[in-house]
Amino acid sequence: MAFRNPSSFLNPLMFFVISISLFPIAISPDAEILMNIAPGIIWVITMLSVLLSLNSLFHYDYDNGVLEQIVISHHSLPLLLLAKTTAHWILSGLPIILISPLLGVALFLDSESIYILMLTLCLATPCLSLIGTIGASLVVSIKNSGMLLSLLILPLYIPILIFATSAVSQSQFDLPINGQLYFLGSILIFSLISAPFISAVALKIGME
Amino acid sequence: MSKLSVNNLSCQRGYNHLFENLSFELNSGEVLRISGQNGSGKTSLLKIIAGLNTPELGSIVFEQSKSNSEKYQLETLYLGHYAALSSELSCIENLEYLTNLSTEIISPNFHTALEEVGLKNYEHELAGNLSAGQKRRIALSLLFISQSKVWLLDEPFTALDSNGVKIIENQIEKHCAVGGLCILTTHQDCNIKNLKEISL
Repeated sequence: MAFRNPSSFLNPLMFFVISISLFPIAISPDAEILMNIAPGIIWVITMLSVLLSLNSLFHYDYDNGVLEQIVISHHSLPLLLLAKTTAHWILSGLPIILISPLLGVALFLDSESIYILMLTLCLATPCLSLIGTIGASLVVSIKNSGMLLSLLILPLYIPILIFATSAVSQSQFDLPINGQLYFLGSILIFSLISAPFISAVALKIGME
Repeated sequence: MSKLSVNNLSCQRGYNHLFENLSFELNSGEVLRISGQNGSGKTSLLKIIAGLNTPELGSIVFEQSKSNSEKYQLETLYLGHYAALSSELSCIENLEYLTNLSTEIISPNFHTALEEVGLKNYEHELAGNLSAGQKRRIALSLLFISQSKVWLLDEPFTALDSNGVKIIENQIEKHCAVGGLCILTTHQDCNIKNLKEISL
């Protein structure tokens, strides 16, 4: 479906690329400075662009009535939502992971850090989609809910942000990063198990 | 003989009591038309019966299964206000998607269903390019596929021409003749046998 309406997934990706490439222009093209702030920049922008795409996760289906059919389907609602979340990740998280090495190079990250950056993105972008689905389910019936959604979801994203950025910046100084990766992995497993069920309950509340 | 019973249903929207202690029974072969003014709670009632919303009080039972059970949801087909179509998908893709969501039928015949509602050569047309009436016809073509016993139709005749209305009325009568039951809301006159009516 998304390929018939490419702007739905190209917009967040374009936002990601454009805003990251503005930083060297705005701050300084100096390699030393950029290298230090690169993990933070890439991760904050990743989060914002996922947040941007979350708005459209359910709104379209809600407006044309498909969501009603999904909720009253005899199939398990958490499973249907997990499928929807996976589709969301393929269209928002995966393109970011694929394009991140290019932007890493643009921000003077060394190859080792780029590898760690991709690893954290692989572990954590699914969490962003999974947790985001909960928020999107809750605000589904509210028009222009972008602000509310950010307020709901961003606090839950903060732990991911902390562990992911610290993993990448510590890898630049050859410090051990196992702890952060384990934390990200456990957040992923926890959200994979619980988020679809919470979203299903939230969606039923949101639809009323 | 299947029976849908609605017991002591109450619904409140905000501070507004839409209906209280509403009870009725519907036997197989019967059609119930819910009438009432705009905003009287017709859609809310249908949504509650479909299991989309939970009632303030009361319960709905069909053949011993309650409205939140999987069996109940297989036995009911709800077509809401909107046609439930994605404009980026073609007619037949939309129909496949909706069929998979609402029924368990293996390899249904989508082409015949679309032909029945007069959309024979539109199978691969994107739903976004169709008129409101044609979209409504795609959604209603589910009636030619579904094997659910309880049909819940919210304003099924909106945007349909008189020929379309007749096709759907015939299909509802056929459905009831083989033991199905149907609840619908509409402001238009409809010529269906065994029509019962309640007003909110």
